[in-house]
Amino acid sequence: MRSVVTIIGKDKVGIIAKVSEELAKNNVNILDINQTVMQEYFTMIMLVDISKCSIELVTLKKNLEKIGEEMGLSIKLQREDIFKKMHEI
Amino acid sequence: MINKRNIIETINMIEEQNFDIRTITLGISLLDCSDTNGEKSRIKIYDKIMKYGENLVATVEKVEKEYGIPIINKRISVTPISIIAGNSNDKNYVEYARTLDRAAEEVGVDFIGGFSALVHKGETKGDNILIDSIPRSLAETNKVCSSVNLASTKSGINMNAVKKIGKTIKETAFLTKDYESIGCAKFVAFANAVEDNPFMAGAFHGVGEREVSLSVGVSGPGVIKHALEQVKGESFDILSDTIKKTAFKITRAGELVVKEVSKRMDIPFGIMDLSLAPTPEIGDSVAEILEEMGFESCGAPGTTAALAMLNDAVKKGGIMASSHVGGLSGAFIPVSEDQGMLDAVNRGSMNIEKLEAMTCVCSVGLDMIGIPGDTSEETISGIIADECAIGVINGKSTAVRVIPVWGKKVGDIAEFGGLLGRAPIMKVNKFSNNKFIERGGRIPAPVHSFKN
Repeated sequence: MRSVVTIIGKDKVGIIAKVSEELAKNNVNILDINQTVMQEYFTMIMLVDISKCSIELVTLKKNLEKIGEEMGLSIKLQREDIFKKMHEI
Repeated sequence: MINKRNIIETINMIEEQNFDIRTITLGISLLDCSDTNGEKSRIKIYDKIMKYGENLVATVEKVEKEYGIPIINKRISVTPISIIAGNSNDKNYVEYARTLDRAAEEVGVDFIGGFSALVHKGETKGDNILIDSIPRSLAETNKVCSSVNLASTKSGINMNAVKKIGKTIKETAFLTKDYESIGCAKFVAFANAVEDNPFMAGAFHGVGEREVSLSVGVSGPGVIKHALEQVKGESFDILSDTIKKTAFKITRAGELVVKEVSKRMDIPFGIMDLSLAPTPEIGDSVAEILEEMGFESCGAPGTTAALAMLNDAVKKGGIMASSHVGGLSGAFIPVSEDQGMLDAVNRGSMNIEKLEAMTCVCSVGLDMIGIPGDTSEETISGIIADECAIGVINGKSTAVRVIPVWGKKVGDIAEFGGLLGRAPIMKVNKFSNNKFIERGGRIPAPVHSFKN
């Protein structure tokens, strides 16, 4: 099963490091990363594999949101199929 | 990798345009809960609701988090209680309402619908007792919603019941007079009521439905409005196409979510209701969608045509997106629950007569409208009869949910709070219709209903 992590906010040092650390810690594999910085605003979309995730998805989501709060960013974790269903026939 | 633009679009829909799933409604059949002993019947009802409803809220909340889409309401609908209670020797059914209320409280749902009767052709003993029990039931419970189907295209309009319901609404208003007559906000009179509607106050689990099922009502007036802002000045062809595409997306999201809940609870998926349901929140308004099409204020000439197109385009987009659509499916135009509609009333561009015209082309009817507390029973019955006629002749559902707010007059405001919002008291036509309502009997089914 795959999920999408989106990170939006002001760019700063260590965003990717912190998020990847949390993912690695819980055995979540990063499949793809897409990142842009536009006018200081950082947008990153990660596709991750959560099938071997060692904690509940909802807990992982909470942990990521907490990191987001600490760094002044919006970090979301949502299951991939929502984006597929909405935008593909 | 998935398209980045699509991901950002979905996130913006949720974050900025109020996209949400308005309700997931668990329908439960109570047909096996009737008993000649009312008390035994109520125990069966309570136990059955607990059995199936126990995990509803927790499951929905978990799915909500995983997908990151807010699911606002969790509700339960049951078989019309008049059918279940009719088997008992009870002389009033207020206890049944209390049982439903207790069960709803215990499982943690927002509302429970089905304190209902279907009397479009005539009343049974149970129907009469239920209708008589409505005012007290709504005054003495918090979460119970009630509805009565008074007319259908196949059977015409039961004018005896229409007359009676005018009185029922007035009594309910009186018994809840200390709370802005809020009991009336939990009651709806229908023509052509549907058996699988997930929206309140009119939800009930029809007798043709299976044992249990999960239905969903998506919403997203804000999303549609945002999409229309991107095609300013374009023709109606482009406008309807834009609405269709947007409706497709939000419907797909709704279906995905309900199917996941259905899988986890092992309860079959019923239907998707494609209604656009506004909330009092800014930017979540159907009236504002209509205004975006080119009106200074909702209600200006042309508004009915705009609503007709909106309703049709939402259905076309939604039907393609879901395997089973049903319920009311169309735009809702409540007054108190839609900030744009409230503004239109306050500006003087919207009145009951225009709303009535608009109900000819959308899925519901006169919804959440505050009217003066001294409005007569007959006037209310007349308003209901008009809406029934619109539904019966056009072969569509229509409904009336008016609140004659005790002690209030035109220009006052009734505050209901929460999703029910606030209602300005609107002017009603006061010329007498007493002799018309007095006649009684049944208005026959229209000729075009004989399609066999």
